[in-house]
Amino acid sequence: MATPTEQQARRSFPKPELTDAEAGALTFPSSTSRAFNYFKPKKLRASMYEDVTFDVQPDPDRHLTQGWIYAFANGDAGYPQDWTALRSGNWHAFLDPNEEWEQTIYRNNASIVRQTQLNLDNARRAGAYQVWTRSWSEFVERHVGAWMHAENGLGMHVFVSVQRSAPTNMINTMLAVNGTHKLRFAQDLALYNLELSENLPDFDGTAHRAVWHTDPIWQGVRENVERLTAIEDWAEAVFATNFVFEPLVGELFRSHLVMQISARNGDYSTPTVMGTGEHDYDRDLRAARALFTVLLREEKYGAANAEVVDGWLARWVPVSLDATRRLQPIWSQPQEKALRFEDSLDRAKERLRGLLSDLGLNEPKELNQ
Amino acid sequence: MSRQSLTKAHQKITELSWEPTFATPATRFATDYKFDKSPKKDPLKQVLRSYFPMEEEKDNRVFGAMDGAIRGNMFRQVQQRWMEWQKLFLSIIPFPEISAARAMPMAIGAVPNPEIHNGLAVQMIDEVRHSTIQMNLKRLYMNHYIDPAGFDISEKAFANCYAGTIGRQFGEGFITGDAITAANVYLTLVAETAFTNTLFVAMPSEAAANGDYLLPTVFHSVQSDESRHISNGYSILLMALADEENRQLLQRDLRYAWWNNHCVVDAAIGTFIEYGTKDRRKDRDSYAEMWRRWIYDDYYRSYLIPLEKYGLKIPHDLVEEAWNRIYNKGYVHKVAQFFATGWPVNFWRIDGMTDDDFEWFEHKYPGWYNQYGRWWEAYNRLRHPGGNKPIAFENVGYEYPHRCWSCMVPCLVREDLVADEVDGQWRTYCSETCHWTDTVAFRPTYEGRDTPSMGRLTGKREWETLYHNWDLADIIKDLGYVRDDGRTLVPQPHLDLDDPRKLWTLDDVRGLPFASPNVSLNEMTPEQREAHLAAYRANPNVTSV
Repeated sequence: MATPTEQQARRSFPKPELTDAEAGALTFPSSTSRAFNYFKPKKLRASMYEDVTFDVQPDPDRHLTQGWIYAFANGDAGYPQDWTALRSGNWHAFLDPNEEWEQTIYRNNASIVRQTQLNLDNARRAGAYQVWTRSWSEFVERHVGAWMHAENGLGMHVFVSVQRSAPTNMINTMLAVNGTHKLRFAQDLALYNLELSENLPDFDGTAHRAVWHTDPIWQGVRENVERLTAIEDWAEAVFATNFVFEPLVGELFRSHLVMQISARNGDYSTPTVMGTGEHDYDRDLRAARALFTVLLREEKYGAANAEVVDGWLARWVPVSLDATRRLQPIWSQPQEKALRFEDSLDRAKERLRGLLSDLGLNEPKELNQ
Repeated sequence: MSRQSLTKAHQKITELSWEPTFATPATRFATDYKFDKSPKKDPLKQVLRSYFPMEEEKDNRVFGAMDGAIRGNMFRQVQQRWMEWQKLFLSIIPFPEISAARAMPMAIGAVPNPEIHNGLAVQMIDEVRHSTIQMNLKRLYMNHYIDPAGFDISEKAFANCYAGTIGRQFGEGFITGDAITAANVYLTLVAETAFTNTLFVAMPSEAAANGDYLLPTVFHSVQSDESRHISNGYSILLMALADEENRQLLQRDLRYAWWNNHCVVDAAIGTFIEYGTKDRRKDRDSYAEMWRRWIYDDYYRSYLIPLEKYGLKIPHDLVEEAWNRIYNKGYVHKVAQFFATGWPVNFWRIDGMTDDDFEWFEHKYPGWYNQYGRWWEAYNRLRHPGGNKPIAFENVGYEYPHRCWSCMVPCLVREDLVADEVDGQWRTYCSETCHWTDTVAFRPTYEGRDTPSMGRLTGKREWETLYHNWDLADIIKDLGYVRDDGRTLVPQPHLDLDDPRKLWTLDDVRGLPFASPNVSLNEMTPEQREAHLAAYRANPNVTSV
């Protein structure tokens, strides 16, 4: 048996050597070429986001000389531009204003889950749920509970689903991040529901499923969500979700109802959870708005794209308005009724009008029907 | 989050999904696999509330190490021989990573199991992480390593270099064709479960031995996400196995995926590890030894063979042949020799081998010198411009190879060359299995059954065709592999940056036409072709004294 000394003597390890291979050690052609030079950054110097995102998904219209080397059975290969009815002379013109890459994704979402966890820990320690009336508690278990499904469905089957479909890495990553937000928020709502089940004796943590599946109030929203997941055109799915469903249904419920009435019903924890969804949407809308601004202001295709989007508005505004109107009875359920449904709906419609105006789109007649 | 709360939380989030009744999610990606009879199998429990802080912490450690490397002047001790190969590797790998993210909806659409959907969605975010963290590592190399040329054109070069196209299969293969073939069998069951071991574990250890501790920092952090991905893939596999009809497809796909991964990954990573290192300790593992441990023992014997209990036929013959190619047929050595032969159309520099290298290779692979030694001596002799052409254009007894139509690595094990007229064109293949991949597997029928969802091989698959009979100087200019003085080449067959006279310029490579072997093959008469192929197979391709 080898002694420890013998073992040590036999130990083998690499011997790094000093090579002086650091920048500036010598001057030669390209010795100072220290920027990715195959794309044109938006500003003089590329941002971290541009550096780690641009051209990672190659494009036969840019540098990909051998073309895509695998195809689907129907001949589609890579990231076909005709997987949407919209057209662009330069799909790469879109850059995510949120500049999402790995660090921003984790910092942002980790910060949100920590904030949520901290708020809920404090609420539990303070016995904050105990002051809720039964009618408010029922509101949260049924309606706030039902909302988790909408977020999850949109996250998984709209945004995660379409992030394989757009022609550039910038668009697909933006969509992946949007999907991530939705899924995290849905899970936060589910875990909030679990927290309440464990800390509020009468709270029925299973009620949300039946409400989502069968309560007539929610069937319009469920139908809207399911129909959004069925859209084949990725850009239509994104537009109909972020520019129609979200202002008319999402914000209406989250901001114009839950966030407004919770405090009056003695609940300060629900708005902190719901508020993270609003924060996410704000961020995701900024990106979606930038994308559609590029597509709708294109010199060559902008007008044709606007026509296509007008058609989408005509198709989806009635669906979301119907979902909204079927939600109306909820406004009269809480004990403290701070808002009238009509006021909330007016705000939602105004919001949509504002978004469409920013994009230079006409207000669809369906909005006033 | 404690394990108990994680279990409870995970149970709770399973309530989020529902069976739609108004409309079902769009079917964007087809599969010939069936999951109607499959019992649901769960992957590892994953909850985003614990996932994000965990990954943020992992990131913080990575970025801390990056700061430390710069402050500690890591680049004073990195080996240029090693770093040059990173120009190729890090041009390729962010694309497979982001492709893995893009593959997730394909698997989600194909497999009716919400818990797997959750796992796959988390994997999607991981893959965005991997792609961007690797791009950032490359950015750091570009900023701090002595020679940024090649890093600065990285993604363009990835898209127009023959080597980038070989690597691109390990990415396009994840996102195109039958959804399960691509996103489950090729990506997860083979690429992630088997070959990330050599990519993300074996290679980083070699990086550390060459003074680069950032590659291990980044790639081990990446690898720590892989166990969750492997669990996703295994759950889908178990579900697929529940339907007898899937077995035939699984067996087809395992054969294709295993062989293609071997051809592509072993070619690249084998070369980086064996020819990119300066660590020639006799007791350090060779790539073959690493492969035996990570792929043969850990993957084949511990993961693949146990699947036989489910009645699945494992491609034993292909695993053994991959080993045979690596250990006995010199696959990695022949690939490295090819890369070095084609140095003028690379976007990185390749160091020659020295006596220390020769001794190590002979020790690890007896007979190495007789096959390759004199060629590397010629490579060194011809490394500077002025008195000679690039080695590919000098008579050193090396015949430029045909390219494999399927895996796109050249047909380097010459005796195994297969040639066939397929779809009206003469094509060459490196092996019987690559021939089968094109002519049998990637077709709309398979063993008498319809496989309408299976993908197709497309594109300009022989890179040389793009530049048939172009002047070498014009090719390099067209590729954009020229330094910022407008004349010095990015690629060089040595590491000597100290004297501009040692650096090849466009003028040094002008007047050299570069022919496509495939175009030439198709121009031959049947008799000429037969004679040419027989001679090709018989040529040992050894440099004489």
